[in-house]
Amino acid sequence: MNDVLDVALRLVVVFVCFLVLPLVVGQTEHKVMAHMQGRLGPMYAGGFHGWAQLVADGVKFAQKEDVVPKDADRRVFQLAPAVALLPYLLVLLAIPIGPGEGAVGQVVDAGIFFVLAVMGVGILGSLMAGWASANKFSLLGALRTAAQLLAYELPMLLAAASVAMAAGTVSLPGILNGFHWWWVPWQIVGALVFFVAGLAELQRPPFDMPIADSEIIFGAYTEYTGLRFALFLLAEYAGIVVLCGLTTVLFLGGWHGPFGADGLGWVWTLLKTAVLAFVVIWLRVSYPRLREDQLQKLAWTTLVPLALAQIALTGIVKVAIN
Amino acid sequence: MTLAAEAARTAAHGFLSPTGVEVAFLLVGLATLGAALLTVTTRQLVHAALWLVVALGGLAVEYLLLTAEFIAWVQVLIYVGSVVVLLLFGLMLTKAPVGRSPDADSGNRPVALAVALAAAAALVWVVVDAFRTTWIDLDGPAQGSTDVMGQILFQHWVLPFEALSVLLLAALVGAIVLSRKKKEDES
Repeated sequence: MNDVLDVALRLVVVFVCFLVLPLVVGQTEHKVMAHMQGRLGPMYAGGFHGWAQLVADGVKFAQKEDVVPKDADRRVFQLAPAVALLPYLLVLLAIPIGPGEGAVGQVVDAGIFFVLAVMGVGILGSLMAGWASANKFSLLGALRTAAQLLAYELPMLLAAASVAMAAGTVSLPGILNGFHWWWVPWQIVGALVFFVAGLAELQRPPFDMPIADSEIIFGAYTEYTGLRFALFLLAEYAGIVVLCGLTTVLFLGGWHGPFGADGLGWVWTLLKTAVLAFVVIWLRVSYPRLREDQLQKLAWTTLVPLALAQIALTGIVKVAIN
Repeated sequence: MTLAAEAARTAAHGFLSPTGVEVAFLLVGLATLGAALLTVTTRQLVHAALWLVVALGGLAVEYLLLTAEFIAWVQVLIYVGSVVVLLLFGLMLTKAPVGRSPDADSGNRPVALAVALAAAAALVWVVVDAFRTTWIDLDGPAQGSTDVMGQILFQHWVLPFEALSVLLLAALVGAIVLSRKKKEDES
Protein backbone atom coordinates (compact mmCIF):
# COMPACT_ATOMS: atom_id res chain seq x y z
CA MET A 1 0.00 0.00 0.00
CA ASN A 2 2.87 2.33 0.85
CA ASP A 3 4.35 1.86 -2.63
CA VAL A 4 1.07 2.74 -4.29
CA LEU A 5 0.78 5.86 -2.13
CA ASP A 6 4.37 6.81 -2.96
CA VAL A 7 3.79 6.49 -6.71
CA ALA A 8 0.49 8.38 -6.52
CA LEU A 9 2.07 11.20 -4.51
CA ARG A 10 4.94 11.55 -6.99
CA LEU A 11 2.51 11.66 -9.91
CA VAL A 12 0.41 14.33 -8.20
CA VAL A 13 3.48 16.49 -7.44
CA VAL A 14 4.76 16.22 -11.04
CA PHE A 15 1.28 17.00 -12.35
CA VAL A 16 0.99 20.10 -10.17
CA CYS A 17 4.43 21.26 -11.36
CA PHE A 18 3.29 20.61 -14.92
CA LEU A 19 0.27 22.86 -14.43
CA VAL A 20 1.91 25.63 -12.38
CA LEU A 21 5.40 26.14 -13.83
CA PRO A 22 4.28 26.85 -17.43
CA LEU A 23 1.83 29.45 -16.12
CA VAL A 24 4.59 31.09 -14.07
CA VAL A 25 6.77 31.24 -17.18
CA GLY A 26 3.85 32.65 -19.18
CA GLN A 27 3.13 35.36 -16.62
CA THR A 28 6.84 36.21 -16.42
CA GLU A 29 6.86 36.50 -20.21
CA HIS A 30 3.95 38.98 -20.07
CA LYS A 31 5.71 41.15 -17.52
CA VAL A 32 9.30 40.88 -18.79
CA MET A 33 8.30 41.55 -22.39
CA ALA A 34 6.21 44.52 -21.30
CA HIS A 35 8.99 46.12 -19.29
CA MET A 36 11.56 45.52 -22.04
CA GLN A 37 9.22 47.34 -24.41
CA GLY A 38 8.51 50.21 -22.02
CA ARG A 39 5.00 49.03 -21.06
CA LEU A 40 3.49 47.81 -17.82
CA GLY A 41 1.84 44.60 -19.04
CA PRO A 42 -1.22 43.14 -17.29
CA MET A 43 -2.04 45.23 -14.19
CA TYR A 44 -5.67 44.53 -13.19
CA ALA A 45 -6.51 40.80 -13.02
CA GLY A 46 -6.12 39.58 -9.44
CA GLY A 47 -5.18 43.00 -8.08
CA PHE A 48 -1.42 42.87 -7.48
CA HIS A 49 0.39 43.61 -10.78
CA GLY A 50 -2.05 41.44 -12.72
CA TRP A 51 -0.79 38.17 -11.25
CA ALA A 52 -4.00 36.31 -12.20
CA GLN A 53 -3.95 37.31 -15.86
CA LEU A 54 -3.27 33.77 -17.12
CA VAL A 55 -5.96 32.31 -14.84
CA ALA A 56 -8.39 34.77 -16.42
CA ASP A 57 -7.08 33.75 -19.86
CA GLY A 58 -7.72 30.10 -18.99
CA VAL A 59 -11.31 30.86 -17.97
CA LYS A 60 -11.79 32.79 -21.22
CA PHE A 61 -10.46 29.89 -23.32
CA ALA A 62 -12.70 27.40 -21.52
CA GLN A 63 -15.79 29.52 -22.29
CA LYS A 64 -15.09 29.82 -26.01
CA GLU A 65 -16.83 27.63 -28.57
CA ASP A 66 -14.85 24.58 -29.70
CA VAL A 67 -14.99 24.73 -33.49
CA VAL A 68 -13.97 21.91 -35.83
CA PRO A 69 -13.85 23.03 -39.48
CA LYS A 70 -16.29 21.26 -41.80
CA ASP A 71 -13.66 19.78 -44.12
CA ALA A 72 -11.27 18.83 -41.34
CA ASP A 73 -10.39 15.28 -40.37
CA ARG A 74 -12.39 15.35 -37.14
CA ARG A 75 -10.66 12.70 -35.05
CA VAL A 76 -7.08 13.61 -35.93
CA PHE A 77 -7.93 17.30 -35.47
CA GLN A 78 -9.32 16.67 -31.99
CA LEU A 79 -6.55 14.31 -30.93
CA ALA A 80 -3.65 16.59 -31.97
CA PRO A 81 -3.52 18.89 -28.87
CA ALA A 82 -3.24 15.89 -26.55
CA VAL A 83 -0.41 14.42 -28.63
CA ALA A 84 1.38 17.77 -28.47
CA LEU A 85 0.97 18.24 -24.71
CA LEU A 86 1.29 14.81 -23.06
CA PRO A 87 4.96 14.11 -24.00
CA TYR A 88 6.10 17.10 -21.95
CA LEU A 89 4.28 15.72 -18.91
CA LEU A 90 6.10 12.41 -19.36
CA VAL A 91 9.47 14.17 -19.72
CA LEU A 92 8.88 16.15 -16.54
CA LEU A 93 8.56 12.81 -14.72
CA ALA A 94 12.18 11.96 -15.45
CA ILE A 95 13.88 15.27 -14.61
CA PRO A 96 15.59 15.16 -11.18
CA ILE A 97 15.41 18.43 -9.25
CA GLY A 98 17.44 17.38 -6.21
CA PRO A 99 19.79 14.65 -4.99
CA GLY A 100 18.42 11.31 -3.89
CA GLU A 101 15.47 9.12 -4.84
CA GLY A 102 12.90 11.51 -3.43
CA ALA A 103 13.48 14.38 -5.87
CA VAL A 104 12.67 12.73 -9.18
CA GLY A 105 9.30 11.49 -10.43
CA GLN A 106 10.69 8.26 -11.81
CA VAL A 107 14.31 7.13 -12.21
CA VAL A 108 14.77 6.03 -15.83
CA ASP A 109 17.82 3.96 -16.68
CA ALA A 110 18.32 5.45 -20.15
CA GLY A 111 17.12 8.91 -19.07
CA ILE A 112 18.66 11.02 -21.86
CA PHE A 113 17.23 8.79 -24.56
CA PHE A 114 13.86 8.73 -22.83
CA VAL A 115 13.51 12.52 -22.66
CA LEU A 116 14.76 13.16 -26.20
CA ALA A 117 12.62 10.36 -27.66
CA VAL A 118 9.46 11.51 -25.92
CA MET A 119 10.07 15.18 -26.77
CA GLY A 120 10.33 14.18 -30.43
CA VAL A 121 6.87 12.60 -30.26
CA GLY A 122 5.35 15.96 -29.29
CA ILE A 123 6.12 17.32 -32.76
CA LEU A 124 3.68 14.78 -34.21
CA GLY A 125 0.91 16.84 -32.57
CA SER A 126 1.78 19.89 -34.69
CA LEU A 127 2.00 17.78 -37.84
CA MET A 128 -1.38 16.15 -37.14
CA ALA A 129 -2.94 19.56 -36.43
CA GLY A 130 -1.52 21.09 -39.58
CA TRP A 131 -2.64 18.33 -41.87
CA ALA A 132 -6.05 17.66 -40.32
CA SER A 133 -7.12 21.33 -40.42
CA ALA A 134 -7.52 21.17 -44.23
CA ASN A 135 -6.14 24.69 -44.44
CA LYS A 136 -3.24 25.82 -46.61
CA PHE A 137 -1.67 27.99 -43.92
CA SER A 138 -1.89 25.12 -41.45
CA LEU A 139 -0.29 22.72 -43.93
CA LEU A 140 2.54 25.20 -44.61
CA GLY A 141 3.09 25.58 -40.89
CA ALA A 142 3.24 21.82 -40.40
CA LEU A 143 5.70 21.48 -43.29
CA ARG A 144 7.96 24.10 -41.76
CA THR A 145 7.65 22.37 -38.37
CA ALA A 146 8.74 19.04 -39.86
CA ALA A 147 11.67 20.58 -41.75
CA GLN A 148 12.80 22.40 -38.62
CA LEU A 149 12.57 19.28 -36.46
CA LEU A 150 14.55 17.17 -38.93
CA ALA A 151 17.31 19.79 -38.99
CA TYR A 152 17.61 20.41 -35.27
CA GLU A 153 17.08 16.92 -33.82
CA LEU A 154 20.59 15.85 -34.84
CA PRO A 155 22.65 18.62 -33.14
CA MET A 156 20.49 18.26 -30.02
CA LEU A 157 21.19 14.51 -29.83
CA LEU A 158 24.91 14.99 -30.48
CA ALA A 159 25.21 17.63 -27.74
CA ALA A 160 23.38 15.36 -25.29
CA ALA A 161 25.61 12.44 -26.30
CA SER A 162 28.67 14.54 -25.42
CA VAL A 163 27.45 14.92 -21.82
CA ALA A 164 26.66 11.21 -21.65
CA MET A 165 30.24 10.48 -22.75
CA ALA A 166 31.64 12.85 -20.15
CA ALA A 167 29.63 11.26 -17.33
CA GLY A 168 29.90 7.68 -18.59
CA THR A 169 26.18 7.12 -18.08
CA VAL A 170 22.89 7.96 -19.83
CA SER A 171 20.85 8.27 -16.62
CA LEU A 172 19.99 11.84 -15.63
CA PRO A 173 20.61 11.44 -11.86
CA GLY A 174 23.78 9.51 -12.75
CA ILE A 175 25.08 12.44 -14.80
CA LEU A 176 24.44 14.84 -11.92
CA ASN A 177 26.17 12.52 -9.46
CA GLY A 178 29.32 12.64 -11.60
CA PHE A 179 29.21 16.41 -12.07
CA HIS A 180 32.19 18.67 -11.29
CA TRP A 181 32.26 22.44 -11.68
CA TRP A 182 34.81 22.32 -14.54
CA TRP A 183 32.27 20.43 -16.67
CA VAL A 184 30.58 23.77 -17.34
CA PRO A 185 33.48 25.32 -19.32
CA TRP A 186 34.32 21.88 -20.77
CA GLN A 187 30.80 21.36 -22.19
CA ILE A 188 29.85 24.98 -22.83
CA VAL A 189 29.76 24.62 -26.63
CA GLY A 190 27.52 21.57 -26.30
CA ALA A 191 25.29 23.50 -23.91
CA LEU A 192 24.85 26.35 -26.41
CA VAL A 193 24.12 23.92 -29.25
CA PHE A 194 21.60 22.01 -27.09
CA PHE A 195 19.83 25.17 -25.96
CA VAL A 196 19.62 26.69 -29.44
CA ALA A 197 18.43 23.42 -31.00
CA GLY A 198 15.88 23.06 -28.21
CA LEU A 199 14.56 26.57 -28.87
CA ALA A 200 14.17 25.65 -32.53
CA GLU A 201 12.28 22.48 -31.64
CA LEU A 202 9.91 24.48 -29.46
CA GLN A 203 9.40 26.95 -32.33
CA ARG A 204 10.21 29.87 -30.07
CA PRO A 205 11.48 33.15 -31.51
CA PRO A 206 13.85 33.63 -33.29
CA PHE A 207 12.96 30.16 -34.65
CA ASP A 208 9.20 30.75 -34.93
CA MET A 209 9.00 30.42 -38.70
CA PRO A 210 6.37 27.61 -38.48
CA ILE A 211 3.93 29.85 -36.56
CA ALA A 212 5.02 33.19 -38.04
CA ASP A 213 1.87 35.26 -37.57
CA SER A 214 2.71 37.87 -40.21
CA GLU A 215 3.12 35.20 -42.92
CA ILE A 216 0.95 32.17 -42.20
CA ILE A 217 -1.39 33.41 -39.43
CA PHE A 218 -0.56 30.86 -36.70
CA GLY A 219 0.75 27.92 -38.70
CA ALA A 220 -0.60 24.54 -37.69
CA TYR A 221 -2.80 26.03 -34.95
CA THR A 222 -4.68 28.49 -37.17
CA GLU A 223 -8.01 26.62 -37.07
CA TYR A 224 -8.01 25.88 -33.35
CA THR A 225 -10.25 27.62 -30.84
CA GLY A 226 -11.09 27.49 -27.16
CA LEU A 227 -9.61 24.85 -24.91
CA ARG A 228 -7.76 22.98 -27.65
CA PHE A 229 -5.91 26.15 -28.64
CA ALA A 230 -5.08 26.73 -24.98
CA LEU A 231 -3.62 23.22 -24.80
CA PHE A 232 -1.25 24.02 -27.66
CA LEU A 233 -0.16 27.21 -25.90
CA LEU A 234 0.31 25.26 -22.65
CA ALA A 235 2.44 22.75 -24.58
CA GLU A 236 4.70 25.59 -25.75
CA TYR A 237 5.26 26.88 -22.22
CA ALA A 238 5.61 23.37 -20.77
CA GLY A 239 8.22 22.90 -23.49
CA ILE A 240 10.15 25.94 -22.23
CA VAL A 241 10.11 24.54 -18.69
CA VAL A 242 11.28 21.11 -19.93
CA LEU A 243 14.03 22.52 -22.16
CA CYS A 244 15.39 24.83 -19.44
CA GLY A 245 15.19 22.03 -16.87
CA LEU A 246 17.03 19.63 -19.17
CA THR A 247 19.75 22.17 -20.01
CA THR A 248 20.18 22.78 -16.27
CA VAL A 249 20.46 19.07 -15.51
CA LEU A 250 22.72 18.16 -18.43
CA PHE A 251 25.07 21.15 -18.64
CA LEU A 252 24.76 23.41 -15.59
CA GLY A 253 25.01 20.87 -12.81
CA GLY A 254 21.39 20.76 -11.66
CA TRP A 255 21.29 20.69 -7.88
CA HIS A 256 25.01 21.46 -7.44
CA GLY A 257 25.71 25.00 -6.26
CA PRO A 258 28.49 27.01 -4.64
CA PHE A 259 26.94 26.52 -1.18
CA GLY A 260 23.99 25.00 0.63
CA ALA A 261 24.31 21.58 -1.00
CA ASP A 262 22.40 19.81 1.80
CA GLY A 263 18.66 20.04 1.46
CA LEU A 264 18.69 23.11 -0.76
CA GLY A 265 19.67 21.41 -4.02
CA TRP A 266 16.22 21.81 -5.52
CA VAL A 267 16.45 25.59 -5.05
CA TRP A 268 19.55 25.65 -7.27
CA THR A 269 17.77 23.58 -9.93
CA LEU A 270 14.75 25.88 -9.94
CA LEU A 271 16.94 29.00 -9.91
CA LYS A 272 19.02 27.89 -12.91
CA THR A 273 15.87 26.83 -14.76
CA ALA A 274 14.29 30.22 -14.07
CA VAL A 275 17.35 32.11 -15.34
CA LEU A 276 17.31 30.05 -18.56
CA ALA A 277 13.58 30.67 -18.97
CA PHE A 278 14.31 34.40 -18.65
CA VAL A 279 16.89 34.07 -21.44
CA VAL A 280 14.25 32.36 -23.63
CA ILE A 281 11.90 35.32 -23.09
CA TRP A 282 14.72 37.82 -23.62
CA LEU A 283 15.58 36.24 -26.98
CA ARG A 284 11.96 36.57 -28.05
CA VAL A 285 12.00 40.30 -27.41
CA SER A 286 15.42 41.05 -28.89
CA TYR A 287 15.92 38.87 -31.99
CA PRO A 288 14.24 39.12 -35.40
CA ARG A 289 12.80 35.98 -36.98
CA LEU A 290 15.13 33.78 -39.03
CA ARG A 291 14.20 32.99 -42.63
CA GLU A 292 13.70 29.35 -43.63
CA ASP A 293 17.05 29.11 -45.46
CA GLN A 294 18.86 30.81 -42.57
CA LEU A 295 17.24 28.28 -40.21
CA GLN A 296 18.50 25.30 -42.20
CA LYS A 297 21.92 26.87 -42.72
CA LEU A 298 22.37 27.53 -39.02
CA ALA A 299 21.54 23.92 -38.17
CA TRP A 300 23.60 22.13 -40.81
CA THR A 301 26.64 24.39 -41.19
CA THR A 302 27.04 25.72 -37.65
CA LEU A 303 25.35 23.61 -34.99
CA VAL A 304 26.16 20.12 -36.33
CA PRO A 305 29.91 20.83 -36.81
CA LEU A 306 30.04 22.53 -33.39
CA ALA A 307 28.35 19.54 -31.76
CA LEU A 308 30.76 17.14 -33.49
CA ALA A 309 33.72 19.25 -32.35
CA GLN A 310 32.34 19.15 -28.81
CA ILE A 311 32.12 15.35 -28.95
CA ALA A 312 35.73 15.16 -30.17
CA LEU A 313 36.85 17.47 -27.34
CA THR A 314 34.89 15.42 -24.79
CA GLY A 315 36.52 12.23 -26.07
CA ILE A 316 40.04 13.66 -25.92
CA VAL A 317 39.66 15.08 -22.42
CA LYS A 318 38.00 11.87 -21.20
CA VAL A 319 40.86 9.73 -22.49
CA ALA A 320 43.44 12.18 -21.06
CA ILE A 321 41.80 12.02 -17.61
CA ASN A 322 41.66 8.25 -17.58
CA MET B 1 20.95 -30.00 -25.26
CA THR B 2 18.89 -33.16 -25.08
CA LEU B 3 15.17 -33.17 -25.50
CA ALA B 4 14.57 -34.24 -21.93
CA ALA B 5 16.54 -31.34 -20.50
CA GLU B 6 14.75 -28.99 -22.83
CA ALA B 7 11.39 -30.31 -21.70
CA ALA B 8 12.40 -29.87 -18.06
CA ARG B 9 13.36 -26.27 -18.66
CA THR B 10 10.13 -25.34 -20.38
CA ALA B 11 8.00 -27.26 -17.90
CA ALA B 12 8.67 -24.65 -15.24
CA HIS B 13 7.02 -22.06 -17.48
CA GLY B 14 3.67 -23.50 -18.49
CA PHE B 15 1.45 -21.89 -21.07
CA LEU B 16 -1.63 -22.43 -18.94
CA SER B 17 -0.74 -20.15 -16.02
CA PRO B 18 0.53 -16.95 -17.59
CA THR B 19 1.91 -14.17 -15.43
CA GLY B 20 0.68 -10.60 -15.64
CA VAL B 21 3.62 -9.52 -17.77
CA GLU B 22 2.99 -12.33 -20.24
CA VAL B 23 -0.67 -11.37 -20.57
CA ALA B 24 0.28 -7.73 -21.08
CA PHE B 25 2.89 -8.74 -23.67
CA LEU B 26 0.27 -10.72 -25.58
CA LEU B 27 -2.32 -7.93 -25.47
CA VAL B 28 0.13 -5.25 -26.59
CA GLY B 29 1.27 -7.61 -29.34
CA LEU B 30 -2.32 -8.00 -30.57
CA ALA B 31 -2.83 -4.23 -30.52
CA THR B 32 0.41 -3.75 -32.45
CA LEU B 33 -0.65 -6.34 -35.02
CA GLY B 34 -4.03 -4.64 -35.38
CA ALA B 35 -2.42 -1.23 -35.89
CA ALA B 36 -0.04 -2.72 -38.45
CA LEU B 37 -2.95 -4.28 -40.37
CA LEU B 38 -4.78 -0.94 -40.33
CA THR B 39 -1.63 0.75 -41.63
CA VAL B 40 -1.66 -1.31 -44.80
CA THR B 41 -5.43 -1.50 -45.30
CA THR B 42 -6.60 2.05 -44.60
CA ARG B 43 -7.52 4.10 -47.66
CA GLN B 44 -6.37 7.39 -46.13
CA LEU B 45 -2.70 8.03 -46.65
CA VAL B 46 -1.97 10.14 -43.59
CA HIS B 47 -4.01 7.79 -41.39
CA ALA B 48 -1.72 5.00 -42.54
CA ALA B 49 1.29 6.99 -41.29
CA LEU B 50 -0.46 7.65 -37.95
CA TRP B 51 -1.37 3.99 -37.50
CA LEU B 52 2.28 3.24 -38.18
CA VAL B 53 3.09 5.42 -35.17
CA VAL B 54 0.79 3.24 -33.04
CA ALA B 55 2.37 0.04 -34.38
CA LEU B 56 5.94 1.26 -33.80
CA GLY B 57 5.00 2.56 -30.35
CA GLY B 58 3.45 -0.82 -29.50
CA LEU B 59 6.71 -2.46 -30.51
CA ALA B 60 8.57 -0.12 -28.13
CA VAL B 61 6.25 -1.18 -25.30
CA GLU B 62 7.02 -4.83 -26.13
CA TYR B 63 10.75 -4.08 -25.82
CA LEU B 64 10.07 -2.45 -22.45
CA LEU B 65 8.21 -5.54 -21.27
CA LEU B 66 11.24 -7.61 -22.31
CA THR B 67 13.34 -5.29 -20.02
CA ALA B 68 15.21 -3.85 -23.05
CA GLU B 69 14.72 -0.24 -21.97
CA PHE B 70 17.48 1.27 -24.11
CA ILE B 71 16.22 -0.42 -27.30
CA ALA B 72 12.69 0.77 -26.53
CA TRP B 73 13.66 4.45 -26.26
CA VAL B 74 15.87 4.27 -29.34
CA GLN B 75 12.94 2.72 -31.19
CA VAL B 76 10.76 5.69 -30.22
CA LEU B 77 13.53 8.21 -30.97
CA ILE B 78 14.43 6.89 -34.42
CA TYR B 79 11.19 5.47 -35.76
CA VAL B 80 8.40 7.53 -34.19
CA GLY B 81 10.43 10.73 -33.81
CA SER B 82 12.31 10.79 -37.10
CA VAL B 83 11.19 8.21 -39.66
CA VAL B 84 7.46 8.89 -39.28
CA VAL B 85 8.07 12.66 -39.26
CA LEU B 86 9.98 12.23 -42.53
CA LEU B 87 7.12 10.13 -43.91
CA LEU B 88 4.55 12.76 -42.94
CA PHE B 89 6.77 15.48 -44.44
CA GLY B 90 6.81 13.57 -47.72
CA LEU B 91 3.05 12.96 -47.62
CA MET B 92 2.35 16.64 -47.03
CA LEU B 93 4.46 17.56 -50.06
CA THR B 94 2.18 15.32 -52.16
CA LYS B 95 -0.92 17.22 -50.96
CA ALA B 96 -2.39 14.09 -49.39
CA PRO B 97 -6.12 14.89 -49.18
CA VAL B 98 -8.30 14.68 -46.10
CA GLY B 99 -10.46 11.62 -46.75
CA ARG B 100 -9.87 8.73 -49.09
CA SER B 101 -7.18 8.64 -51.75
CA PRO B 102 -8.72 6.50 -54.52
CA ASP B 103 -5.58 6.63 -56.67
CA ALA B 104 -3.33 5.32 -53.91
CA ASP B 105 -3.79 1.67 -54.97
CA SER B 106 -1.00 0.45 -57.24
CA GLY B 107 -2.77 -2.83 -58.02
CA ASN B 108 -0.02 -4.90 -56.43
CA ARG B 109 -2.18 -6.09 -53.57
CA PRO B 110 -1.85 -9.88 -54.11
CA VAL B 111 1.93 -9.73 -54.62
CA ALA B 112 2.36 -7.53 -51.55
CA LEU B 113 0.21 -9.91 -49.51
CA ALA B 114 2.28 -12.90 -50.63
CA VAL B 115 5.58 -11.17 -49.80
CA ALA B 116 4.27 -10.01 -46.41
CA LEU B 117 3.01 -13.47 -45.48
CA ALA B 118 6.27 -15.11 -46.56
CA ALA B 119 8.33 -12.61 -44.58
CA ALA B 120 6.11 -12.99 -41.51
CA ALA B 121 6.27 -16.80 -41.70
CA ALA B 122 10.06 -16.77 -42.03
CA LEU B 123 10.50 -14.35 -39.12
CA VAL B 124 8.11 -16.16 -36.80
CA TRP B 125 9.71 -19.50 -37.61
CA VAL B 126 13.28 -18.24 -37.02
CA VAL B 127 12.43 -16.37 -33.80
CA VAL B 128 10.39 -19.22 -32.34
CA ASP B 129 13.10 -21.72 -33.23
CA ALA B 130 15.87 -19.57 -31.75
CA PHE B 131 14.24 -18.51 -28.50
CA ARG B 132 11.84 -21.34 -27.70
CA THR B 133 13.49 -22.24 -24.40
CA THR B 134 14.76 -18.82 -23.42
CA TRP B 135 12.98 -17.13 -20.54
CA ILE B 136 13.74 -13.73 -19.12
CA ASP B 137 14.18 -13.58 -15.37
CA LEU B 138 12.18 -10.50 -14.46
CA ASP B 139 13.15 -10.57 -10.78
CA GLY B 140 16.91 -10.38 -11.32
CA PRO B 141 18.91 -7.39 -12.59
CA ALA B 142 17.65 -5.94 -15.87
CA GLN B 143 19.13 -7.88 -18.77
CA GLY B 144 18.50 -5.19 -21.35
CA SER B 145 19.91 -2.15 -19.54
CA THR B 146 22.12 0.31 -21.41
CA ASP B 147 25.20 -1.06 -19.68
CA VAL B 148 24.58 -4.68 -20.73
CA MET B 149 23.49 -3.62 -24.21
CA GLY B 150 26.66 -1.60 -24.81
CA GLN B 151 28.93 -4.40 -23.66
CA ILE B 152 27.22 -7.02 -25.80
CA LEU B 153 27.08 -4.73 -28.83
CA PHE B 154 30.74 -3.73 -28.73
CA GLN B 155 32.16 -7.10 -27.69
CA HIS B 156 30.19 -9.79 -29.51
CA TRP B 157 28.41 -7.91 -32.26
CA VAL B 158 30.95 -5.28 -33.21
CA LEU B 159 31.48 -6.62 -36.74
CA PRO B 160 27.78 -6.44 -37.79
CA PHE B 161 27.63 -3.01 -36.12
CA GLU B 162 30.53 -1.71 -38.21
CA ALA B 163 29.16 -3.34 -41.36
CA LEU B 164 25.86 -1.52 -40.79
CA SER B 165 27.71 1.79 -40.35
CA VAL B 166 29.39 1.25 -43.73
CA LEU B 167 26.00 0.48 -45.26
CA LEU B 168 24.55 3.73 -43.89
CA LEU B 169 27.59 5.64 -45.12
CA ALA B 170 27.07 4.18 -48.58
CA ALA B 171 23.43 5.28 -48.48
CA LEU B 172 24.49 8.81 -47.45
CA VAL B 173 27.00 9.05 -50.28
CA GLY B 174 24.38 7.71 -52.68
CA ALA B 175 21.90 10.38 -51.58
CA ILE B 176 24.48 13.11 -52.14
CA VAL B 177 25.34 11.77 -55.60
CA LEU B 178 21.66 11.61 -56.60
CA SER B 179 20.89 15.15 -55.42
CA ARG B 180 23.97 16.59 -57.17
CA LYS B 181 23.14 14.93 -60.48
CA LYS B 182 19.71 16.55 -60.56
CA LYS B 183 21.20 20.01 -60.22
CA GLU B 184 23.47 19.55 -63.26
CA ASP B 185 20.53 18.40 -65.39
CA GLU B 186 18.56 21.50 -64.52
CA SER B 187 21.35 23.87 -65.48
